[in-house]
Amino acid sequence: MPCSTLVRQRLLLLFLAGMLLLFSPFVLQIEALGRSLGVPVLVFYLFATWAVLIGVAAWLVSRAGE
Amino acid sequence: MIHAPLIIGISFAYVGLLFAVAHWAEGRAARGRSVIAHPTVYALSLAVYCTAWTFYGSVGRATENGLGFLPIYLGPTLMAFLWGSFLLKMVRVSKAERITSIADFIASRYGKSQALGGLVTVIAVIGLVPYVALQLKAIDWSFSILIAYPQVRMPPAGGKPFWGDTAFIAALFLAAFAILFGTRHLDASERHEGLVAAIAFESLVKLLAFLAIGLFVTLSVLGLGGTPLPPIGETPPLRPLLEPGIAPLRDWVAISLLAGLAVVLLPRQFQVAVVENSDERHIRRAIWLFPLYLLLINVFVVPVAVAGLLTFPDGTVNADTFMLTLPIAFEQPWLALLVYIGGLSAATGMVIVETIALSTMVSNDLVLPVLLRRWRRRPPPADLGRLLLRIRRGAIVVILLLGYLYYSLAGEAYALVSIGLISFVAVAQLAPTVIGGLYWYGGTREGALSGLLAGFLVWIYTLLLPSFAKSGWLPRAFMESGPGGLDILAPLGLFGLAGWNEITHGLFWSLTANIGIFLLVSSLRAPNATEASQARTYVDALRRSAGARAPLWRGRAEVAELMSLTERFLGPSRTRTAFMDYADGRGLDSTDGLPADAETVYFVETLLSGAIGGASARLMVASVTQEETLGVDEVLDILDEASQIRAYSRELEQKSHALETATAELRAANLRLQELDRMKDDFMSSVTHELRTPLASIRAFAEILNDDPRLDLAQRRRFLGILVSETERLSRLVNQVLDLAKIESGRADWRSDAVELQALIQQAVAATERYLDDRGCHVRLDLPDRSAIVGGDRDRIVQVMVNLLSNAAKFAPQGAGEVRVRLSRGSDGWRVCVSDDGPGIPESDLERVFEKFHQTARAGARPGGTGLGLPISRQIIDNLGGRIWADSALGKGARICFELPAHPAHSTEQGPEHE
Repeated sequence: MPCSTLVRQRLLLLFLAGMLLLFSPFVLQIEALGRSLGVPVLVFYLFATWAVLIGVAAWLVSRAGE
Repeated sequence: MIHAPLIIGISFAYVGLLFAVAHWAEGRAARGRSVIAHPTVYALSLAVYCTAWTFYGSVGRATENGLGFLPIYLGPTLMAFLWGSFLLKMVRVSKAERITSIADFIASRYGKSQALGGLVTVIAVIGLVPYVALQLKAIDWSFSILIAYPQVRMPPAGGKPFWGDTAFIAALFLAAFAILFGTRHLDASERHEGLVAAIAFESLVKLLAFLAIGLFVTLSVLGLGGTPLPPIGETPPLRPLLEPGIAPLRDWVAISLLAGLAVVLLPRQFQVAVVENSDERHIRRAIWLFPLYLLLINVFVVPVAVAGLLTFPDGTVNADTFMLTLPIAFEQPWLALLVYIGGLSAATGMVIVETIALSTMVSNDLVLPVLLRRWRRRPPPADLGRLLLRIRRGAIVVILLLGYLYYSLAGEAYALVSIGLISFVAVAQLAPTVIGGLYWYGGTREGALSGLLAGFLVWIYTLLLPSFAKSGWLPRAFMESGPGGLDILAPLGLFGLAGWNEITHGLFWSLTANIGIFLLVSSLRAPNATEASQARTYVDALRRSAGARAPLWRGRAEVAELMSLTERFLGPSRTRTAFMDYADGRGLDSTDGLPADAETVYFVETLLSGAIGGASARLMVASVTQEETLGVDEVLDILDEASQIRAYSRELEQKSHALETATAELRAANLRLQELDRMKDDFMSSVTHELRTPLASIRAFAEILNDDPRLDLAQRRRFLGILVSETERLSRLVNQVLDLAKIESGRADWRSDAVELQALIQQAVAATERYLDDRGCHVRLDLPDRSAIVGGDRDRIVQVMVNLLSNAAKFAPQGAGEVRVRLSRGSDGWRVCVSDDGPGIPESDLERVFEKFHQTARAGARPGGTGLGLPISRQIIDNLGGRIWADSALGKGARICFELPAHPAHSTEQGPEHE
């Protein structure tokens, strides 16, 4: 099985975490933080979270190992 | 000034490069070293999701509403995390059912319905032709802008005759490329290796181009590049970027959801992600590599947007063109060319794959069913294969021409620019049937049809028609309120949801209608036979291993008819090969022996599905086989029975295996018992025999004494003497039998001391002294000085010695015999040998003397012993860990030796230790 049940469960968890971090009212709070170093914090936050989510997914999938 | 021929030349060179890559990949596949086998190639091919709309349009969207472009890529990222279940199921089911398009996928799930396949095709074509037009526009514009180098000039609006129109020429060439690499064979389940390789290559090119311009712009913004940019001020155009907002949250969420669904449901995405998938395991890497690609291609969108706004502050330059106009403004011709090629990649990739996918759907799910209905009355043409291919090629050309037409009519109209997301909502209508089909056992054909239709109609009403109104093709009043002036039915504010973003609004209402009616109509009746069986195949795809399928079919068929049917589509040679392989798989030598049973029919259906789609294949095979329809109950019974039978037979196998083992053990035990029984019988008969003999003589002599009063005293005394000795012998025998029995059954008590053999030998000699004297035997002892210490039971060892000595004395010649006892060092212990100079033991009897009741015959003498002495001695010596054996030859006397292991504590001691 390419993706064992455990890996799928963890990825589902990651999906939900992503939903929370990126698509819940939580994001609106970040928006209110304004700017830092001339760049909006929101932009930093979104791209950084995006990268972290991808990294965690890559790690989860590679740990299932083959 | 970049000359037109140069640009054209480079474009052709690039397309030629694509041909070369595709050709190279197909060559490698033919040699068995497929390039597609690499999971990274698969993940890159998925990036065909990023079209010219991504390449040019992201920057445009960013200037309008800050981060509004992001959810189109964040959605697919999150959805990718669910691919381990969702996409995997789709791939597995599609491989099993030889599915060739999303229309096929949906139609096959709900009873292999042709109407459903047709509806999905219609929705897809209507929804996506404008999207194709958008790509053609991008090619046209990028060409016009590049030619204007070094001036930054927006493309003129329309007015060109079509034969001189770049977009038209591009459309023709794209059609040619799509036909060449997508429609060479009919068996669409063969992967288009060349195509996938070319698409993956294009994904790399567009990423590279974007990163190049992005880096260049970022360096310029930071002041490190060649041409410095004006400093970032708080100018109004920049505000969306410097103060990006997410609100309202529902739009953010809605667009993500939309994009997340589209990334799998768009026909081109389904084609590369599911149909072209060569290995399930590739999905694992795609789960994170594809989102990574999306991240990388979006990293520089904001910097480019900012740079564009700074460079062109007066707003005359359309933000969608910043990617090209920026390098032109900075006088970087090669960078501009690179960006142009990147945009070309993005556009051509989308168009080629989308048109191939759409043409497959049109030929299999739209045209063919209509033709099949006609052929019920008239015989179909002989070469159906070529006909279908021609239909597909025609479909590709028509779709591209329609795209061009749409572009030339829409021009700058609103309808084109916003069509991207509107197309997504159209494709999202497929989501309820697909997701429901994969995770829900319910759902009927009518439910799916009505749900799709409802969603499609709401889409038209809330999104498509308003877009026409906004571009002036319909009166604007259309948008203000609904039919009959009812505000509650206004296209942009249905049921009072006014003020919403139209995409969110349209998505919400279309999906609500879709899902609601799908569920409602599905609950009007239970799923029928085919639907139920397909439901199990789809929903349980991850649980069962590939291949386990109970063929559900009843009917009559002839293999020859099936073969000729298949030949019509696949050609005689490929049909023959396929059937031969199948016959081989069933263990038959040739196709003649193939039975026309359910399994064969299923095989033919699957084979044909790859070429003409599941629904049509079923129809064709049904026409040949005169199928009888099964009722649901029968189907479920068959399925249940099959799975029950499987479970039972597994249990049976295990039980019978356990039984076999138990039986084998029992058999062995039985044999052992039988043997022991026999031995016991032998022993019993021997013992009773031995006992009877002395008893008989005792009785005889006793009777004589009793009956004959005339016996004199001397005689009486002699007879009584015999009686006494026989009684003694009898009692000795009984004792020995008991002794042997006790030793053999292991119930004897064994003491274990360190004893000195010399002392024991002396003891034994003393015990047999009288007997030896009676026989007139001379005993000679040959004992070493060193103490021979062994571990064992002293009394038993003495018993052995006594036995050996008395045997020796018995056989030594009367009066002048010599018995010799020799104690020496053995191979791993101490050896005692007792020898006599009697007649000896024949060689054949050397082992037999140790058998129970064996007595060596002595000429003329009555057997005096019991025959148990040596066996008992052997048991004793064996129990002490030693061995005893006989050494002799006839006429040379007998010698019995036994060896006992030295006592470990005393094995190397020199000093004597006397008991």
